[in-house]
Amino acid sequence: MDYEVPSIWRTMQAKGYSRREFLFFCGVAVAAAGLRANGLAQVVEAFESKPRPPVVWLHFQECTCCSESFIRSSHPIVADIIFDTLSLDYTETLQAASGFQAEKTRDETMKNNQGKYILLVEGSIPMAGDGAYCMIGGKSSEQILKEAAEGAAAIIAWGSCASNGCIQAAKPNPTNATPIHKIVNKPVINVPGCPPIAEVMTGIVTHVLLFDKIPELDSQGRPKEFYSRRVHDTCYRRPFYDAGLFVESWDDDAARQGYCLYKMGCRGPTTYNACSVTKWNANLSYPIQSGHGCIGCSESGFWDNGPFYQHLGAFPGFGIESTADTIGATAAAVTAGGVAVHAAASAIRKRKLVNIQRAEAEKSEAAREQKEAAPEQTENDGGEEQ
Amino acid sequence: MATARIATYQKMYVWELPVRIFHWLNVLAILVLIATGYLIGAPQKIFDAAEPSQQYWFGIVRFSHFAAAYVFFFNYLFRLYWGFVGNKFAHWSQFIPVTKQRLKEFYEVVVVDILHIRNEREVGEGHNTLAGLSYFAAFLIFLFQAGTGFALYSSMSDSFIPSLFAWVVPLMGGDAWVRQWHHIAMWFFIVFTIVHVYLVIYHDWVEGAGETSSMISGWKFRKDESDDAE
Repeated sequence: MDYEVPSIWRTMQAKGYSRREFLFFCGVAVAAAGLRANGLAQVVEAFESKPRPPVVWLHFQECTCCSESFIRSSHPIVADIIFDTLSLDYTETLQAASGFQAEKTRDETMKNNQGKYILLVEGSIPMAGDGAYCMIGGKSSEQILKEAAEGAAAIIAWGSCASNGCIQAAKPNPTNATPIHKIVNKPVINVPGCPPIAEVMTGIVTHVLLFDKIPELDSQGRPKEFYSRRVHDTCYRRPFYDAGLFVESWDDDAARQGYCLYKMGCRGPTTYNACSVTKWNANLSYPIQSGHGCIGCSESGFWDNGPFYQHLGAFPGFGIESTADTIGATAAAVTAGGVAVHAAASAIRKRKLVNIQRAEAEKSEAAREQKEAAPEQTENDGGEEQ
Repeated sequence: MATARIATYQKMYVWELPVRIFHWLNVLAILVLIATGYLIGAPQKIFDAAEPSQQYWFGIVRFSHFAAAYVFFFNYLFRLYWGFVGNKFAHWSQFIPVTKQRLKEFYEVVVVDILHIRNEREVGEGHNTLAGLSYFAAFLIFLFQAGTGFALYSSMSDSFIPSLFAWVVPLMGGDAWVRQWHHIAMWFFIVFTIVHVYLVIYHDWVEGAGETSSMISGWKFRKDESDDAE
């Protein structure tokens, strides 16, 4: 039997959506994918003609916060992408099937849609102990991932776990948690964040859906449209930073004034994400707006990047409290001490040398004075010497 | 007074004008970079009665840092160039001990000037080997500092030069680490300055060759040992 996949428009029609609602949905998709208004026609055409792509969503070492974020996508119609318009054929968390039946569904989806399905991966892959730390249906995470990646049209790594290992990969990383881009040899769209922003997630899915290709990625595999700027660059508190107005402690007046949290360890200046533009919870707020600094959850290895509430990170190997400044100031003090010791030693050891030089200079000066007093005689002396 | 001779000194042109300009521009740039860089890392509490919209001191500090960085970088590139076309004292080979003679001098400097085991050595005109080598190390750190600095700057600039260093960020594990190393390297400059200024004073005192003024005038002085011929 042929496995025919209807288009998004057909699916929506079947579910009783009107043409007007469909066009509205397309408009939202245009915005979510960051297209210009004149991209609407393209979107409508794509959603009318293209088959609804099946999705396989795999869960490995993770906490499901990415799924939780995704299903809370602020726009109900955008949320419908996953439940109504995408064909979510396999996802452990949300599927009704379980056990053998569930595994069968996944295998069938992959078989029937070879080279067509979108693979979403949440969580890192434990490589230690032959993958024993995370096994599903008797297969290791690595096995499942590699099988699924084989025939995927696009692979999206949801969240910091799948993109850079996140907390499982934090030192000492007992399970050797590995991000998926290091395991599959296909391009992977990294969507880091703990969790990523729901609108960013839907935006990326929409992009893949529309263009059948992955969005433009930066050197770390992140879509440029959402990860090209630092949280700091678009932060609404940025003017306070430029004005040099900083919160000095959590309960000071500056904190009430909403000044910059830079000195409280805010990671905005070193974190690439769309938080300060897209915000969270239906564009309501984001950490900095709520008075807490950014903890840089979308940056690689953020658990090991030093204390969250300290502007300058601890320096590796020198204890938790020693920052670069502690070490630098110590080095400068030791150097100054060394200079003082050397100066004292020089004063003793080289004094004789300098004294000889001084005596010679004085002698020379005396000779010069003598010569000036009696130039002819000196000349004669010189002649005799020769 | 037949034994007393008038000492004569030979005037040696050591540091060419471009070398001296490099040196003082470098001093200026490094001082500005350290001061502003430290402030960027640890902004001081300077409150003003004016409205926040009327203030921009931190922005100015950062601007000065970036402007001085460009001066520092191009000055550095110029000095590299001059290491190939300048006089022998400016030549790149002064910074890397390649000849046997320079290795011998290296040993002598350690014995005489650092450890004070012996008291005297023959003093050359340009950099001594140890100093040359330490400047070579400094030049590597200059490059490191320029590279990490521009890498951090690349995220807020579309200019060509910072974009050349954007690859440093993922290599070092993200902006947080680039910034950390950029910060620790600042302390190298501080330590270097302490040692450098001290050694200038030391050599000037011990050798009497006009070490300090040579970087202003270009001239050094060597006692003419052949004055017996007079």
